[in-house]
Amino acid sequence: MKSQTDIAAELYKRTDVDPHNLKDPDVAHLIINENKVLGMHAVPGLNVTVKELEDGVDIKFSLDDDVKVKKPVHLCFGMYPEKGVQRIIMDVAIGKNAQIALMAHCVFPFAVDVQHIMDAKIKIGDGARYSYFERHVHSPKGGVKVYPKAIVEVGRKAHFKTEFELIKGRVGLIDIGYETICEAYSVVDMTARVSGRADDVIKIRETCNLKGEYARGVLTSKIAVRDNARAEVYNKMTADAAFARGHVDCKEIVQDNGVATAVPIVEVHHPKAHITHEAAIGSVDSKQLETLMSRGLSEDDAVELIINGLLS
Amino acid sequence: MGILEVKDLKLTFNGKPILNRLNIDFWEGHIHAVVGPNGAGKSTLAATIMGLGGYRDFEGDILFQGESIRDLKIDDRARKGITLAWQEPARFEGLPIRDFIGSAAQDKSADYLKMTLAEVGLEPDEYFDRALDKTLSGGERKKIELASILVMKPKIAILDEPDSGIDIESIQRIFDAVRMLKDGGTTVILITHSLAVLNEAEHAFLICHGRVVDKGSVEKIRQYFEDKCIPCDHKNIPIQQIGGQA
Repeated sequence: MKSQTDIAAELYKRTDVDPHNLKDPDVAHLIINENKVLGMHAVPGLNVTVKELEDGVDIKFSLDDDVKVKKPVHLCFGMYPEKGVQRIIMDVAIGKNAQIALMAHCVFPFAVDVQHIMDAKIKIGDGARYSYFERHVHSPKGGVKVYPKAIVEVGRKAHFKTEFELIKGRVGLIDIGYETICEAYSVVDMTARVSGRADDVIKIRETCNLKGEYARGVLTSKIAVRDNARAEVYNKMTADAAFARGHVDCKEIVQDNGVATAVPIVEVHHPKAHITHEAAIGSVDSKQLETLMSRGLSEDDAVELIINGLLS
Repeated sequence: MGILEVKDLKLTFNGKPILNRLNIDFWEGHIHAVVGPNGAGKSTLAATIMGLGGYRDFEGDILFQGESIRDLKIDDRARKGITLAWQEPARFEGLPIRDFIGSAAQDKSADYLKMTLAEVGLEPDEYFDRALDKTLSGGERKKIELASILVMKPKIAILDEPDSGIDIESIQRIFDAVRMLKDGGTTVILITHSLAVLNEAEHAFLICHGRVVDKGSVEKIRQYFEDKCIPCDHKNIPIQQIGGQA
């Protein structure tokens, strides 16, 4: 039986993070496997408490006002066994004018029947900056169901940037539900990049409410579906106040018997607000494909390169 | 016998012959130019030799080193050593230039790929990690495409309008690259209606309405540019009146 240290090392091996970074006292980190904390380190001004639950963890995460964390905080949520449920409850509070970047890896390397459920409440104080990059590394078996849900309150003049990436391994089922409420002069930038194969199912429902004047938001989805994979993207942007600006962008590449749906919804409730949207769904561009094939790449390799570019 | 022989090639779109019993021999190791007016069939010839979609249903044959390539897919032709640079190169959202060039190269080392970017006049540190997307001008994409052909070291490189979109200062770089290809043993086919490009060739073919109407030295074919017309029966007749494309 593997020790917790060995499991932590095994999980890290599958991320692109140098484990030596975790020895840096300026790098805060939190490593969870199933419902166990395998490692944790905070930096001044960052307060993290974790309560182990029967099927997951309850995390309180706060950053004091005016604290600027210099180096990205690393979070690793792993499910080492083939089966099980991992529920992550996150309560995040970023103080006024504080600044932090988080890099999260969700690693399920052997999953046959794993559920990963995240319920997050994120409150970003006025003038604060919070960026969250989440990369999933799944098993090739497709036995993962992922349900990331978050409600995000973005304070006045605050910035919220998030990137979700699921490119390595099979998706299984992903059902993303993010809702953001944006106060005046705030900025929201949310991007999801997911590549589905076999019978993977991808569902993305993101909502951005530009509540305050001069609030700005962008919702971007880049999806590839191959084989019999399916994707549904319902991204909604609403603007309630003057000079709010938003854009909803969805690009999906469909190959084989894949099916993609994109429904960008825009709602403007103020005559001085402005929202645009763009959705493009289709096969790989034939000129791109022929260009790469004329350099000697097989059709499959050319498609792979094009899709990797789109999702990068 | 040439390295590439186009034999009695006929290709029709909507009942109109775009290539009309066209015959050309491209000699190995030479720089050839294929010139002619708009609609003469120059780019169609390039697309047909490469085997692009929509250009595979033709009469006649194309022989590479004596063997027919008519049933080969694009990548099979490329692996034999035939490649094409488009008049308007493709954009690839998110694809780094290093990966695009590297995909064609046998030597995928960063040093070699950067050196090749420099050879076509692009600052490697500025372009190597950049995406090959709409933020690049057409001229920049032309140079990147040419770099991808240089690293491929093909046996035949077809360059469709290689000076199109290229600023005057960069044209010499393009011509230098053409000579580098030749020096490396590549047979170069320049598809052009530019006198400057024609002058880089060693031998030229003049085509009109899908047929070769003249061939020979660059000096001889240059007359086409000087007369602003072509030495065929269609002289001074509007092209639409004789069944061609404008």
